[in-house]
Amino acid sequence: MAKRLDLKDVDIYYGKFHAVDGVTLAVPPRSVTAFIGPSGCGKSTVLRTLNRMHEVIPGARVEGEVLLDGEDIYNSAVDPVAVRRTIGMVFQRPNPFPTMSIRDNVVAGLKLQGRRNKAELDETAERALRAANLWNEVKDRLSKPGGGLSGGQQQRLCIARAVAVQPAVLLMDEPCSALDPISTLAIEDLIAELKKDYTIVIVTHNMQQAARVSDQTAFFNLRATGEPGHLVELDDTPKMFSNPTQQATEDYISGRFG
Amino acid sequence: MTTTIDLDAPAREPTFVGVSAGRRMKNAGATALVGLAFLIALVPLIWVVYSVLANGAGAVLNSQWWSQSLNGLLARQQGGGAYHAIIGTLFQGLVCAAIATPIGIMVAVYLVEYGGRSRLARATTFMVDILTGVPSIVAALFIYAVWISIFGLGRSALAVSLALVLLMVPVVVRSSEEMLRIVPDDLREASYALGVPKWKTIVKVVIPTALSGMLTGVVLALARVMGETAPVLILVAYAPYINFNIFEGNMASLPLLMTVERNNPTDAGSYRVWGAAITLILIITLFQLLAAFLSKVTAPKTK
Repeated sequence: MAKRLDLKDVDIYYGKFHAVDGVTLAVPPRSVTAFIGPSGCGKSTVLRTLNRMHEVIPGARVEGEVLLDGEDIYNSAVDPVAVRRTIGMVFQRPNPFPTMSIRDNVVAGLKLQGRRNKAELDETAERALRAANLWNEVKDRLSKPGGGLSGGQQQRLCIARAVAVQPAVLLMDEPCSALDPISTLAIEDLIAELKKDYTIVIVTHNMQQAARVSDQTAFFNLRATGEPGHLVELDDTPKMFSNPTQQATEDYISGRFG
Repeated sequence: MTTTIDLDAPAREPTFVGVSAGRRMKNAGATALVGLAFLIALVPLIWVVYSVLANGAGAVLNSQWWSQSLNGLLARQQGGGAYHAIIGTLFQGLVCAAIATPIGIMVAVYLVEYGGRSRLARATTFMVDILTGVPSIVAALFIYAVWISIFGLGRSALAVSLALVLLMVPVVVRSSEEMLRIVPDDLREASYALGVPKWKTIVKVVIPTALSGMLTGVVLALARVMGETAPVLILVAYAPYINFNIFEGNMASLPLLMTVERNNPTDAGSYRVWGAAITLILIITLFQLLAAFLSKVTAPKTK
C-alpha cells in the first residue's frame, strides 16, 4: 500500500516567480520524512507539488519529475484527481466540512467518490477514527457536526478523513501548528502509528517535532530574499540533528540562523 | 491600617485623567444625532404600517377576501376578494423564481469557481452591475419589444415573469456570489486532497456550505420582485376573474389590482386597494420569514 516518492530536479513556479529550485530527494515507503526550514523557503510548496495541489493556484506550474513508485505523476496522461486519491493531505488548519456530521466527514472522500454502501462506510468510519485515535472520544456522537469538536479533535478528524480513502502517501502541512501541546502529542503518537502503513511527509516549524517523529529530515533554505528556495541537505534525522554535513543546517538547527 | 502621607514627596501628575469635557460633549452630540436619525427613519415606517392596517384590516379580516375574486362585481359593489390577484402574484413570482434562481446561481458559480479574473468573468460582473441598475419599466419594455413586437406573442403572465427574471437574476447573482466567496478555500482544498473532482467539490462541499445565505438571497429577491408594478402594467391585462393559465389571457396580481382599483372612486375601490396593499405586505413578510427559517435550517451547525 505504502509507496515511495522520488523527486528529480523539480522546479516550482508561481507565474513568473521561481519559488523552488532544483529539488532532488527520495522518500522511502513506510517512513516519516520531515521538511524543515525558515518561512518562505518553499517547503510547503514542495509538499503541495507532491499531490498536485500546487497547480490549484492560478499560474502555478512545476518542472521536473515527481515519481510515485517510478510513475511520473506529472505525466500529461495522469489525472490529478487520481493522484490526490493516492496521495492524501492534512492541512495546517483543521478544516472539517461544516455541513457534515463527524461520520460523514470521515467518509466524505469515499462518499464523494460515489460509494454508497452504508455498512461499508460505517466500517470505514470506525476504522479511520480508530486509526486517528479519535474513536473513543466521538463514538457516541457520530451524527453531530464536525465543527463542534475541539481544535485538536478536528485535526485528528481531518487525519481520519485523509486515511479513510486509504492513500499510499500522507502529506502533512504543519499539522500541529494550530494545536496545544497535548493535542500535538496525540498527533505525534498517531504519526508513529500511521508510519507502519503509510509513507508520511510532514512539514514542520518545530525542530523538536521533526527530531521526535521523523526518520529522515530535509532542510530547505533561501540564498537571499527573492531568490528561489532550495534543498540544502537530506539525511537521517539523528545525523541531521547531531552532525549535519552543511554549515547552514547546523546554524539553523542550533538557532544561529540569520 | 493607617495611611501615611509623605508631604515631602514631589507633586506628580496622575497617570489617568477623566474624559475631557470636549470629548463628552462630542459623544453626547453624536449619540443624539444617531438616535434622531433612527427616529426619523422609524416615523415613515410606522406611519405606512399604521395607515395600511387602519384602512385595509377590514378587507383582509373578511374570509371572502382570501377565497373569492371580483368577478361579476360592479365597481361600487362591496364584497368579493383578492384571490385572483394573490394567485396571479404568486404564479408570476414563482415562475420567475424557477427561471431566475438556476440562472443566477450558475452565473455566480461560474464567477467564483471558474471565471477568476478572466475577461469573460469581468465582462459578466460588469453586465450584472448594469442589470442591477435597470429600472423595472425598462425591463418590462424590453420584454414587450422582444416577446410581443418581434415574436408576436400575446400579453400574458409568462411575459411578466420574464421581465421579473431580468430584475431578479442580478440580485441572485450578487448575493450568491458573495456567499460562495466567503466559503474558505481550505474546504475546497480539503476536498481536492481527498481526490474529489472540482465539479463535485462545488456541488457537495461549496454550495452546501453557502446554501443558507444563497437561499436567503433568493427568497428576498423574490419578495422584492413580487411587488414590481411596471411589468404587470405593460405585459398583462387586468382580469377580475381567476385565471390559472400563465401562457395566455389576462391575469390579475396585487400591484395590478391596486393600480386598477385606484381609479375606482367608490368606497368599494378604496376597500380593495387597501386590502390588496396589506395582502402584498403580508405575503412579502411571509417570504421574509421563510427566508429566515430556511437560513436557520440550512446553516452549518456546530452542535
